[in-house]
Amino acid sequence: MSMKTYSARVRVTLKRGVLDPQGKAIEGALGSLGFAGVNQVRQGKTFDINLDATSKKQAEDSLNAMCEKLLANTVIEDYAVSID
Amino acid sequence: MQRTTIVLFPGSNRDRDMIAAITKVSGASPTLAWHTDTSLPESDLVIIPGGFSHGDYLRSGAIAARAPVMKAVSQAAAKGVRILGVCNGFQTLTEAGLLPGALMRNARLTFVCKEVKLLVANAGNAFTAGYRESEVIRCPVAHHDGNYFADPKTLKALEDNNQVAFRYTEGTNPNGSINDIAGIFNINGNVLGMMPHPENLIEPAHGGQDGRRLFEGALNMLETEQA
Repeated sequence: MSMKTYSARVRVTLKRGVLDPQGKAIEGALGSLGFAGVNQVRQGKTFDINLDATSKKQAEDSLNAMCEKLLANTVIEDYAVSID
Repeated sequence: MQRTTIVLFPGSNRDRDMIAAITKVSGASPTLAWHTDTSLPESDLVIIPGGFSHGDYLRSGAIAARAPVMKAVSQAAAKGVRILGVCNGFQTLTEAGLLPGALMRNARLTFVCKEVKLLVANAGNAFTAGYRESEVIRCPVAHHDGNYFADPKTLKALEDNNQVAFRYTEGTNPNGSINDIAGIFNINGNVLGMMPHPENLIEPAHGGQDGRRLFEGALNMLETEQA
């Protein structure tokens, strides 16, 4: 089967209910810069990954496995995979 | 004679302190294992020391937890070998799934490097047998990601099963950890992870010896056990 290169973006964010002190600090800094109306900031990570796979489905399965095994700590983090 | 192995990762930096502590307490030098090793020498105690393994990239201890040597550490843990993770070692053990929960950025976002007071929350384990239940001991901490977190169900199980080994004494929690947790055991009691550094308080030159009894316990050197 022929391989195709897929561009994927993986977003890893803290689960709801997990305290995010970094997000809180950023929220405070935005307020002190005069940005009104910011009532929540949650910090996360983005991974842009290019990978070769035989299908979009295979790429997605592989990326989900990467998240479960390494990219996210599922004790505290959620992840979302999107593929172009 | 108890045999100790210390596991090294690129970026470990408390390994020398740990080697000195084990050598001074037990009189025997530990064996060293490298992160790429796929097996460990026969050991009674395996230690993952502090530091910034793999630069703490991704998450503290995340890359170390996936290193080849960790399969051997897991196998040793399953056989009942005592495993101790201090600081980055604790982070690595949680990332490897050998201990529940996770260690997050300190609540006040600052690196903390100071002495804290620890309450011995469970003295009924080999690691803590040298202490009295609820004894308060001194111990240094030095970390940026020591904010222990576990979901409510996991936390309840930890508390119900007496798996909390050490807590920061009331009002002194340096990192915002849930229930003031400073160190926990696994369910079988043979794996201990803790943020504070007992290896840095083992001889008078350190200014105190409160950490010494932890190693004496882990190495079956306490007098009560020999009697």
